[in-house]
Amino acid sequence: MEVSIAASEAVKLADVDVIAAYPITPQTHIVEHLSEVVADGELDAAFVPVESEHSAMSCCLGSSAAGARTFTATSSQGLALMHEILFIAPAMRLPIVMVVANRALSGPISIWNDHSDIMAEQDIAWIQTFAENGQEVFDLVLHAFRVAEDSKVLLPVIVNLDGFTLSHVIEPIEILDKAEVDKYLPPYKPKVRLDPRKPVSMGLVGIPEIYTEAKKATDEVLINSKKIVLKAWKEFGDLFGRYYNPVESYKTEGAEVILITMGSISETAMTAIDKMREKGLPVGLVRFRLWKPFPAPEFKKAIAGAQTLAVVDRALSPGGACGPVAEEIKAALYAERGRPKVFNFIAGLGGRDVTVENFEEIVSKAFAYAKKRPKQFYEMIGVREI
Amino acid sequence: MAKIDAVMGWKELDLGCVIRQPGSSRAFKTGDWRSQRPVVDRDKCIKCGLCWVYCPDLAMVPAEDGYYAVSLDYCKGCGICAKECPKDAITMVLEED
Repeated sequence: MEVSIAASEAVKLADVDVIAAYPITPQTHIVEHLSEVVADGELDAAFVPVESEHSAMSCCLGSSAAGARTFTATSSQGLALMHEILFIAPAMRLPIVMVVANRALSGPISIWNDHSDIMAEQDIAWIQTFAENGQEVFDLVLHAFRVAEDSKVLLPVIVNLDGFTLSHVIEPIEILDKAEVDKYLPPYKPKVRLDPRKPVSMGLVGIPEIYTEAKKATDEVLINSKKIVLKAWKEFGDLFGRYYNPVESYKTEGAEVILITMGSISETAMTAIDKMREKGLPVGLVRFRLWKPFPAPEFKKAIAGAQTLAVVDRALSPGGACGPVAEEIKAALYAERGRPKVFNFIAGLGGRDVTVENFEEIVSKAFAYAKKRPKQFYEMIGVREI
Repeated sequence: MAKIDAVMGWKELDLGCVIRQPGSSRAFKTGDWRSQRPVVDRDKCIKCGLCWVYCPDLAMVPAEDGYYAVSLDYCKGCGICAKECPKDAITMVLEED
């Protein structure tokens, strides 16, 4: 099954009430399939074909505020167009679920995969996960609804999947049946909603005396949502046999250099690790599945013992200290005694493949830089220096 | 800067800052950043009510005797009432402090 179709099948099985979305490559197949299942009567939901992503997210706010289970999906420029509305959903505690098929931002115009779209949305206070294969996409979408609607959370969730390299790939994916999904995902019971019989006002002005407190409240609930994120993964594993962690480790025992990745390149990275381990190189891989709230304790545990980290970023933070993932990691490790050296490599921008050979190059540079510090804080892999 | 009666802590805020009691904006006095205030000359006033109609903040309050009083809790000093008054019965004067 195509991974995009698996994502929309998960949304169908979650029995959503409202889908408001605007098609954009490479997310198109997700909303296309959902509009079909609604039109064919397979899913009893309102499909709102809005005129822009700005309207899509605005519509999602309204439907979620009315108590409807709400889904949307977007990518790149579409996500950027949603930008100003994205912050409002967590502030209003609306459990919207969104799939982002990650794609580069213009310019130059690019429809291909990297993480620059989502990394431009770091501070929106949504829970964010990254999938690395088709099965994870299906599972994480169901997990997203379960976490978002938990009465202790009530925050929106983004499931990130790599555009094309995941969205358009055909893989064997186990689809759960409706009865199984119903066991995992109870109907959404909003704590407060727009209801003419019991009127409330939502989305009001926060005067200077209250804005700070409102922001603090959202930040606290986002930080504390990790407990529910983990609980929902544990319950998913107990029911369906697939267990997930916020940070995953691969062959990190005795590793001197640990590669850090997110998303679908992690599978290529594992192949590269296998190859390098066969040659006797002490290397391992740590990859993030949960990006926000940033799982700092789990990450520190996963990299314990490594002298060097080679962090692969799939987005550039121009004029900054390093890529966004490396920045988060460096900040998390700064206060740690005996912290590892962190080197940052920008790779796979705008759809360029990140190959096994690229990972070998990154690891060999990390070993070299550990002995002799490089002049620059980050470097772009595969860039033609002519 | 405006003051609110109860200064709430972040733990006390309702879910997503919803307001369950309608009409709460009445309790929020918004008139204290005014730099000018309208003064009505009752000798010129013909009780036409145009100031009441034009005031964007319902700060012109009809009195029992047919005249209009200014609610300084909400008046922001925009001067629309003075501009619209057909008898020039309203003058904007500078707030002293």
